[in-house]
Amino acid sequence: MPNVTITKDRPGTAAGKTEPRASSWRALKLREIRAHKHSYFLMMPYMLLFALFTVLPVLMSLIISFTYFNMLEFPRFIGWQNYSRLFLEDDVFLIALKNTILFAAITGPISYLACFVFAWIINDMRPKLRAFMTLVFYAPSISGNVFFLWQLIFSGDRYGIANGFLIKMGIILEPILWLKTEQYILPIIILVQLWLSLGTGFLAFIAGLQTVDKTLYEAGAVDGIKNRWQELWFITLPSMKPQLMFGAVIQLTASLAVADVSIFLAGFPSVNYAAETIVTHLIDFGTIRFEMGFASAIATVLFILMVGTNLAVQRLLRRVGE
Amino acid sequence: MRLALPLRKKRVNRSAMGTFWLFVFLAIVGAFMALPLVYAINAAFKPLDEIFLFPPTLFVRHPTFDNFIDLKTLLGQSWVPFTRYIFNTVFITGVGVVGHVLLASAAAYPLAKHRFPGKTVIFTIVVLSLMFAVQVTAIPNYMVMSWIGLIDTYWAVIVPAFAFPLGLYLMKQFMEQIPDALLESAKIDGANEYRIFWQIVMPNVKPAWLTLIILLFQLLWGTDGNGFIYSEQLKTLHYASNQIILGGIARAGVGSAVALILMSVPITLFVFSQSRIIETMATSGMKD
Repeated sequence: MPNVTITKDRPGTAAGKTEPRASSWRALKLREIRAHKHSYFLMMPYMLLFALFTVLPVLMSLIISFTYFNMLEFPRFIGWQNYSRLFLEDDVFLIALKNTILFAAITGPISYLACFVFAWIINDMRPKLRAFMTLVFYAPSISGNVFFLWQLIFSGDRYGIANGFLIKMGIILEPILWLKTEQYILPIIILVQLWLSLGTGFLAFIAGLQTVDKTLYEAGAVDGIKNRWQELWFITLPSMKPQLMFGAVIQLTASLAVADVSIFLAGFPSVNYAAETIVTHLIDFGTIRFEMGFASAIATVLFILMVGTNLAVQRLLRRVGE
Repeated sequence: MRLALPLRKKRVNRSAMGTFWLFVFLAIVGAFMALPLVYAINAAFKPLDEIFLFPPTLFVRHPTFDNFIDLKTLLGQSWVPFTRYIFNTVFITGVGVVGHVLLASAAAYPLAKHRFPGKTVIFTIVVLSLMFAVQVTAIPNYMVMSWIGLIDTYWAVIVPAFAFPLGLYLMKQFMEQIPDALLESAKIDGANEYRIFWQIVMPNVKPAWLTLIILLFQLLWGTDGNGFIYSEQLKTLHYASNQIILGGIARAGVGSAVALILMSVPITLFVFSQSRIIETMATSGMKD
């Protein structure tokens, strides 16, 4: 598709040719490719690795998902069996699916809003304070998997911060096994996930806010914008739509990929699968049970879920302000 | 006051009450964000009897370096010298970061500044790849790596990091704002594409370098090489520190000391590069 638009953009080069249409199109294409050989050379190393470690694996995963494959024997084609087993027989997968969607539905929008709201508040501050607050909010996500700190806070004995505080306040009498009690596991993981979530998207929003044309605000004040909320809605948000879309992709993808936090805090497998997500389920079948066909089916479902949700949200956001 | 004259330009449309409540809100959430890190910093300097104090305290009363001394003793007992774990992580991070910045910039330049057949398709695939997490491709990735013999080498972690899609995306968006006239004039002066890339484009995208560096640093510094690296002498610092932390309650103090050391490196890096990173992120937006 895009090739056609490119040829349309450059009618000048085609004009000189008098050959029949079809072959002249191909000749033109070839000539264009040859003219840009330096571009291809520059891209080649990266694109080779990208193809090898991102594009090819997605395709392989799709193909393997239709086979029985245990890494020892040659894969055997079994059609849709993995998928039917996944959705009809695997109860744990359904729990994982439910948990994943629950995580994403809560942490996705909240973290997205949080990224924006804090970036927006911080943006009004003086530069020194702004830099400091940016650091405070960004530090958790950058500090390299130190979420085990939460294990100390939600430690199951009375020396954990949460238990100690609640006992001292007299709210509870005995320490709670936070990470071993089904009803607390999910909220705690959501909390930690939110704590970690002010990452790349947050920085993109801070940057986006700084690029909004300042004269727009003054013009807005003259045109009768009365308070900061109207200013936000009518000027700021429409001006930074591209960053909003980028941030959505980053936050959404992260919110659907919860695994490390779950494994580290709730254990693997967690109590009654309370913290099982699609990714931990994938890890279970891929690295412990070696059912690669089945695991690939899980991966493919995850792929479709992630890309599908992202594309839907992109379409939604594109419509904002139109 | 209905004066239309904005005397202090910064305060246009700002009510004092609104500002006050927003700051209260910010302070509360900021405290929540900082709490675990503050706790870790304090716990790292707590003597044993303060760690197991009831009720638990947040701030240390009698700071000591006991935990760090314990850590040093503990490290002296490890089977592989601890400096080896540090070397492994530094090597993986260093090579990965440099290689990624070079390869991603080289690929971003044509995508940002040239028009050639296949460009839109390639960039669309890159954007799509931002939309799913690495876990999706974990199993085939392992197979690809075993075919080309990368398993149980540093390269199993380094080589895929070279092709990290977010870096290419950010670099390409940033390069688009380099004025075309600059590149044209270099071309008229007789520079070929490679020279333009190396001598004109690269010096102009230094803020983006820093952003790619910190993103990759974050990715590689925290890697435990799990699943790809089996030899103990090749394992990373993060793996080793996990082993210490998994010691559980007995290692609570030492664990905090490790956490403090682990997180201080990327945070320091960010403090020094913050303004450049924000500059890069300003161009990160997705246009249709």
